[in-house]
Amino acid sequence: MTDPTNSNTDAAAPMAARSSMPGREPSSLFRFEYAPALESTAVVSLQPSYGLFIGGRFVKPKNGGSFVTINPATEAPLAQIALADEADVDAAVRAARRAFRSWSALAGKERAKYLYRIARVLQERGREFAVLESMNGGKPIKESRDVDIPLAAAHFFHYAGWADKLEYAFAGRTPQPLGVAGQVIPWNFPLLMAAWKLAPALACGNTVVLKPAETTPLTALLLAEVMQEIDLPPGVVNIITGAGATGAALVGHKGIDKVAFTGSTAVGKQIQSAIAGSGKRLTLELGGKAANIIFEDAAIDQAVEGIVNGIYFNQGHVCCAGSRLLVQESVAELVVSRLLRRIETLRVGDPLDKNTDVGAINSQAQLDKIRCLVQAGVAEGATLHQSAWPLPDKGYFFAPTVFTDVAQSHRIAREEIFGPVLSVLTFRTPDEAVQKANNTPYGLSAGIWSEKSSRVLWMAEKLRAGVVWANTFNRFDPTSPFGGYKESGFGREGGRHGLAAYCQFAEDQAGAST
Amino acid sequence: MSIDVRKTYKLYVNGAFPRSESGRTYPVNNSRGRLVANAVLGSRKDLRDAVIAARAAQNGWAKRSAYNRAQILYRVAEVMQGRREQFITELRHGVSAAAAEREVDATIDRWVWYAGWADKFAQITGASNPVDGPYFNFTVPEPVGVVGVVCPDDAPLLAFVSRVAPCIVSGNTCVVLASERWPLASVTLGEALATSDVPGGVVNILTGRRAEIVPWMAGHADIDTIDLTGCAGDRALVVTAEQAAAASVSRVVHATPREAQWANESSQSPYTIGSFVEYKTVWHPKGP
Repeated sequence: MTDPTNSNTDAAAPMAARSSMPGREPSSLFRFEYAPALESTAVVSLQPSYGLFIGGRFVKPKNGGSFVTINPATEAPLAQIALADEADVDAAVRAARRAFRSWSALAGKERAKYLYRIARVLQERGREFAVLESMNGGKPIKESRDVDIPLAAAHFFHYAGWADKLEYAFAGRTPQPLGVAGQVIPWNFPLLMAAWKLAPALACGNTVVLKPAETTPLTALLLAEVMQEIDLPPGVVNIITGAGATGAALVGHKGIDKVAFTGSTAVGKQIQSAIAGSGKRLTLELGGKAANIIFEDAAIDQAVEGIVNGIYFNQGHVCCAGSRLLVQESVAELVVSRLLRRIETLRVGDPLDKNTDVGAINSQAQLDKIRCLVQAGVAEGATLHQSAWPLPDKGYFFAPTVFTDVAQSHRIAREEIFGPVLSVLTFRTPDEAVQKANNTPYGLSAGIWSEKSSRVLWMAEKLRAGVVWANTFNRFDPTSPFGGYKESGFGREGGRHGLAAYCQFAEDQAGAST
Repeated sequence: MSIDVRKTYKLYVNGAFPRSESGRTYPVNNSRGRLVANAVLGSRKDLRDAVIAARAAQNGWAKRSAYNRAQILYRVAEVMQGRREQFITELRHGVSAAAAEREVDATIDRWVWYAGWADKFAQITGASNPVDGPYFNFTVPEPVGVVGVVCPDDAPLLAFVSRVAPCIVSGNTCVVLASERWPLASVTLGEALATSDVPGGVVNILTGRRAEIVPWMAGHADIDTIDLTGCAGDRALVVTAEQAAAASVSRVVHATPREAQWANESSQSPYTIGSFVEYKTVWHPKGP
C-alpha cells in the first residue's frame, strides 16, 4: 500500500479513497494548462550573510554563530544568518533601552512621520519585499504581493496616525509607553507579523527588540535596511535572528517591560509561565482550530470558495485557518463533492509563479508534522481525499487534503495541523453547530455561511472566538482588532484596541488626582 | 432576656449555603484576639464544585439583557441597605464603628455605580471598524466566562464588591475567595446576593486559606481569568499562581494601585470592567 501522506512521490495513490465519493467527475475535466508566469527575482539583491540589527547597525554576533536560511520551494540556500545568543540579546535590549528615553519623549506627530515613512517605503519597494517573502517562506507570490505586503504597509500607515492622537484613544486616561518591548513572531506571515508588532509599539513610544522566526528572517532583515533608509533613530527597532533559544533569552531578559508573542499555544504557555511574577506585560496570539460552519441555506458556491480560502490560503499556515469544516447534514454531500472538485483546480507549485494557488510548505519540520497528523487521521479511521495535482520533485510540498468521516475525538479534529488539511464534520441543528464549534480549547476565529441574517448574528454571538467571519473568511485589516479567546491567547492587535497592549496609564498609579 | 441565635458562617455555592465537604473550619478572631465565629476552611473540592456552578450559570447570566443585569446589581444595593447595621456589626470586629459605616456605605454605592454601567460599557468600548473593503465590521466586548477572584484583607467587604461588581456586570460568573482574615461580612453578602435575584451560581463565595486555594484556582482549566488582587504582597504565591494560570492560558489580573485605593471613588472605573472581557470582531460582506 502506498503511503497516502507521501505526496511528493505518489500523488495519485489516494485516488482510491476519493473514488468512493458520489458525484465525482474525472479531475482531468478541470485541469487547464498554463504557461509558467514566473515573477522575476531580479528585484531582490541578497547578501551572502546577514548580521544582527542592533543600535541602527548590522553587527556580527558576539560568538560568531550563524545558520543557513533556505528557499523551501527549492531547498536551495539563500543566505547565512547570524545566530544571536544571550550576549547579543543583551546588547539589543540595551540599545533599545538607550533609545527609549528620546523616542518616548519625541512628539507624537514626529514619531508618526517615521511610521509614515516606513509605510511609504514598503509600498515603494513592495515588489522586492513580496518576491523575497515568497522566496524565503514559500507562499505564493500572488498572496505576498496582494495580501502580506500591502497589509503590512497599511498597518504602519494606520498606526502612524495614532501616534499623535493617543490622548483620544482611552477616555479619561493618559496613555504612556511601557518601555522596551520584546517581540517574537512566526514564519507564516513574516513581514506582516513584524508590522503588526512594530507599528503599535512604536506609535505608543516604545522601543523594540524583534525576533523573526528561524526559517523566515529575510524580510525582517530587509525591513531593518528600511529602518536605516528612513533614518529611524538607532536602537528604536532592533532585529535579532535565531531560533527558540534566542526567543527564550529575549522574553526572559530583565530589561524588557513587555512581551508580545505570536506562535504556537505550546510555546505561548512556556512564555506565560517563564515570566510569571515578573510584572512584564504580555500579549499572546496563539494557535487555533477554527470551525467554518456551512448551513443549508448558504450560497453553496460562495461557501466552497470560502472553505478553500479558509484552509488553503498560505498552505494552511494560518493560525485562524478554517481547519474544521462543519457542514449541515442536508447539504454535506453537495458541499463535499463540490469542494473535492474544486481542490483539483488548485495549482500547487512554484511560489514565484503568478498562477500558483498553493505554494511550498515552510520547512521540512512542518512538512513532517503535517504528514504525521495526516497519518493519524488515516489511522483513526477518517477518509482521506487529496488533490491529484502533480507536486514538484524538489522542495517541501503537500497536496490540498480533505478528510471526511471525521469524529470530534480524532486528532485531526482537535490538533492544529497548520497545513493544507481540512477535517469535515457534520451537524443537524444550529445548537449542535455551536456546541461542536466551541468544543475546542482554542478560540481564535470562526466562519459562518448562511443567507439568513438573524441566524448569522445569533451564531456570531454564540461562537467563542475573537474573530468571526460571516459569509467570508481570512479577511484582515489594520482597523479590525484580531486576537483569541481561551487558549488562542489574549490581547488584540489592530485598531484602537491594539494600542492597549503597548500603553500604561498615569491614572492607574496610586494617588492619581481624581 | 432572650438568648441570641448565633449564625453559622458557611460557603455560598450555586445559590445555597453548604458547609465544606472537608468538614473543616478555622477560627475568626476580632482585632483584640477574641473568637468571633468559626468560618469554613474551604477545600479544593469546594473550589471545583463552585467552578462547576459558575460555569453552569454563565450562559444564562450573560444572556440576560444588560438592563436586567443593571437592575439586579442595583437590587443588591437595595438589599444591602436594608441590612446595613448587620454589615457594620460584622466589620466592627476589625475596625472602628465610623470606619465600618464608611465601608458599608461605600460598598452600597459601588454596586449602584457599576449597575449603571451594564448597558453603557459596550458603547464606550466597542467599535465599528472602517475596513478596506465592502464589509460591515464591528467589535463588541463579551464576558470572558468564569472568573476566579482572590480578595484582599484590606477593606474586606468593599474590596470584594469593588472586584466582583465589575466582573459580573458584563455577564461573567465568578468564584470568589473572601478575605482570609475577615471573611464574615463576605458570607453575609452571599445572603444579600441570594435575595437580590442574582441567579444561583453567578457569585460563589469560598472562605479559607489563600495558600491552599489560589494555586488550584489559578490552574483550574475552567477558570478563564484569575484576579490575584488578594495575593499582593505574597510574591511567591503570585509566581505560583501565574505559572499555574499559564497551563490553560488563563488571563491574570491584578488591581492597579489606584483600583486598590478601595475607599476612594476614583478607584472605580469602566476599565475595571474591561479587565474581565474579551473583544470579538465580526465581519460581514455588504452588497446590493
